[in-house]
Amino acid sequence: MHETALLLARIQFGFTVSFHIVFPAITIGLACYLAVLEGYWLRTGKSVYKQLYRFWSRIFALNFGMGVVSGLVMAYEFGTNWSGFSNFAGSITGPLLTYEVLTAFFLEAGFLGVMLFGWNKVGNRLHFFATMMVAIGTVISATWILASNSWMQTPAGYEIVDGQAIPTDWLAIIFNPSFPYRLVHMVLAAFLSTALMVGASAAWHLRRRNDSPAIRKMLAMAIGMLALTAPLQMFMGDLHGLNTLEHQPAKVAAMEGHWQNGTHGEGVPLLLFGWPDNETETTRLAVGIPHLGSLILTHSWNGTFAGLSDFPADERPNAAAVFWSFRVMVSLGILMLLLGLWGSWNWYRNTLYDNRALHRFALSMGPAGLVALLAGWFTTELGRQPWVVYGLLRTADAATPHATTEMSITLVLFVLVYVLIFGAGIRYMLRLIKAGPANDASH
Amino acid sequence: MGVDTALIWAVIILIGVMLYVIADGFDLGVGILFPMVPSETDRVRMMASVAPVWDGNETWLVLGGAGLMAAFPLAYSVVLSALYIPIVLMLLGLILRGVAFEARAKSRDRSRHLWDKAFFGGSLTATLFQGVILGTYIGGIPVEDKAFAGGAWDWFNPFALFCGVALIATYALLGSSWLILKTDGALQQRMRELTRPLTWVLMCFILVISVWTPLEHPEIAARWFSLPNFFWLAPLPLLTATCCIFLLRSIRHGEATPFVMTLIVIALGYLGLGISLWPNVIPPDIDIWEASSPPSSQGFALVGALLIIPIILAYTAWSYYVFRGKVQADDGYH
Ligand code: HDD
Ligand code: HEM
Ligand code: HEM
Repeated sequence: MHETALLLARIQFGFTVSFHIVFPAITIGLACYLAVLEGYWLRTGKSVYKQLYRFWSRIFALNFGMGVVSGLVMAYEFGTNWSGFSNFAGSITGPLLTYEVLTAFFLEAGFLGVMLFGWNKVGNRLHFFATMMVAIGTVISATWILASNSWMQTPAGYEIVDGQAIPTDWLAIIFNPSFPYRLVHMVLAAFLSTALMVGASAAWHLRRRNDSPAIRKMLAMAIGMLALTAPLQMFMGDLHGLNTLEHQPAKVAAMEGHWQNGTHGEGVPLLLFGWPDNETETTRLAVGIPHLGSLILTHSWNGTFAGLSDFPADERPNAAAVFWSFRVMVSLGILMLLLGLWGSWNWYRNTLYDNRALHRFALSMGPAGLVALLAGWFTTELGRQPWVVYGLLRTADAATPHATTEMSITLVLFVLVYVLIFGAGIRYMLRLIKAGPANDASH
Repeated sequence: MGVDTALIWAVIILIGVMLYVIADGFDLGVGILFPMVPSETDRVRMMASVAPVWDGNETWLVLGGAGLMAAFPLAYSVVLSALYIPIVLMLLGLILRGVAFEARAKSRDRSRHLWDKAFFGGSLTATLFQGVILGTYIGGIPVEDKAFAGGAWDWFNPFALFCGVALIATYALLGSSWLILKTDGALQQRMRELTRPLTWVLMCFILVISVWTPLEHPEIAARWFSLPNFFWLAPLPLLTATCCIFLLRSIRHGEATPFVMTLIVIALGYLGLGISLWPNVIPPDIDIWEASSPPSSQGFALVGALLIIPIILAYTAWSYYVFRGKVQADDGYH
């Protein structure tokens, strides 16, 4: 296959999946948030919960629609663009995707109608049941797709026959070594992204002195969620990294910008800044904290782990991209933790709704969850290169040999339609947020 | 073993795709009919008649894709590569109309007409290219060494394009008869007026395709016109003709009958197609057993499918039941 066509295929996949993942992340978070709101409303009867449910369910509806149609593209892209991959691994990823459709997509779609349009057609309890089914469906969906992606990162439970991966042990395939970490990390990422979006919406209104019980409730719930999940996410991320060190050491070396171990056992520093260069096999302009890398990854002062130079040159990912996307994710994670702590402190001091500086910070952190989530996926996926199925199938062998012309035409079409249509959809979501929750919750 | 999992999977995928054609067919049809209905309240009712169910309808398409990858990965990779461009165009059409559902309801008056165009244009494009995909598939897909061996623009041929246009008429008819069932008053009357010419158009298309396909593909002709087969298969076209007659007669007063008859006609047409191609999953000559994934894959996925599909059908039916009856303009708001 032509070099340019392969590059175009990778850009096309990266572009479509990056757009897609943003919507499911918000879908997972909002569906669970809506289930909590409705549950509280049924228990306490307080209208503020119903009001918030009404408000966020309209935003949820728009977001869900965009998640569905962008996901539809993904389900076909493996065949149209990655036929080498489907032929090699379809016997494993196919059944996983089938289970996702059967247990998750149908569940969400089947109950979504009642959840959005069924208020006057079914009783409150049945309506709550529908909301619960949609929320559960989104989490089941994440489970299957992450099992599939994790199997591509850390394959297990298969054997190779005639150039195809054949399943031998389904439990080992699903519960492959990186799956539990990736699942928890991703679901937390979805909760964090949603909490930041909800918090920023509340902050936007408070900054305009548009104060109401519903807005206050939004901010308090968002801060509570952040305080809970931000530290948890850091902890899980650390475990995730240790797991990756075990199974994909080249990826971790790239994340750390680590090329060679020193000769005298001086340990590995944690680089804060630098530019890893695949050509010269060094990290230029490196600024770091001595020994901290060893401490985090080996839990010892002088511990060492494989550097990128230990791997053959054609089995190394692009170190600069992995290094920097990883740093974007982690720094945003730290900022989220700060927001959670600062917000909790203000809540404790009863100043949560009055601290203008806090509101400004919460507002500016609105998109941070989604940015971190994308940066995380870039770390994961770019760090897996040059493999699609780690150690088994190279990206170059996975692609359908389309010509450069066709790949360019379709890429341009995708970019145009996505930017126009999803761009408009996102603008409408922001407009709904700005309008704020309506005061009357009767309808 | 004894159980032919490939066979069961082929049947599941065939039924899944048929449910897709019927279900998404009527909601795509509603989009295709949009320009025929200028009134704003009527348009809102048309959208509201499908808004609670379109997502579930589309999920059958996802099941078709996923099931194909699970059970027949070779077919999934070859057929989808061959159909790359029409598939992308179909998906882009589905994006336009899928987002239009929610976006239209939330747009300002000034930009509403753009979403109307997206809804109509997306529905039309998606349908056209689904037909093109079908036509190209019937026409056969060249395979060498487990990979697609044709050109990227092979689908651009008269037969495939004709199938695309025929599918537009099919979905439009499904849409109009669905709206007869779901609406009343002037809108229902308008749909009754549209259903008659659409039925005639569809009958002509069925006739042309029934003649064209065997002329172009001797193996399909042999299947239908060789002797014992001919008598077994003769009832199919006769039944189709009968249903069309019932359909035409029910248009003036029927409520559910036009829709039900349309469903039967389409199911019969689909069955005819299945008979023409069986047991090939990559026409003209790779059959389902050759393209199968290993039994460990088909078996694993099959357990889930057989257990879960009945549950899916049950709650989907429940959801249709909740939204039964004539649709009102304000049903669309939430
Ligand atoms: C809100 C989003 C978010 C936040 C705050 C963090 N992450 Fe993360 N991270 C993700 C969102 C994410 C992600 C999008 O969910 C990824 C991509 C794939 C995955 O499983 O999670 C990911 C991947 C990912 C990986 C790569 C795993 C692999 O390649 O197999 C590591 C090592 C970490 N993360 C570590 C961290 C650490 C130490 C964090 C603490 C500051 C952190 N993440 C915060
Ligand atoms: C959802 C968030 C995800 C993002 C943002 C993401 C991002 C990317 C990017 C940027 C690439 C291009 C890599 C390159 O250019 O080298 C890529 C490749 C790929 N990813 Fe992911 N990915 C995500 C999830 C997934 C999942 C869930 C799967 C599988 C189920 C997956 C499978 C693949 C495949 C098959 C490729 C193509 C081959 C390749 O270039 O690596 N990705 N992804
Ligand atoms: C590249 C791999 C992926 C493929 C092939 C894929 C496929 C799909 C498809 C076909 C849909 C629409 C389902 C419908 O019709 O209702 C969808 C929606 C969804 N996907 Fe993905 N997806 C991918 C990545 C992911 C990831 C990484 C996650 C989460 C961790 C995810 C979570 C969801 C969720 C929750 C939905 C529900 C609808 C919505 O988001 O609004 N998907 N996906």
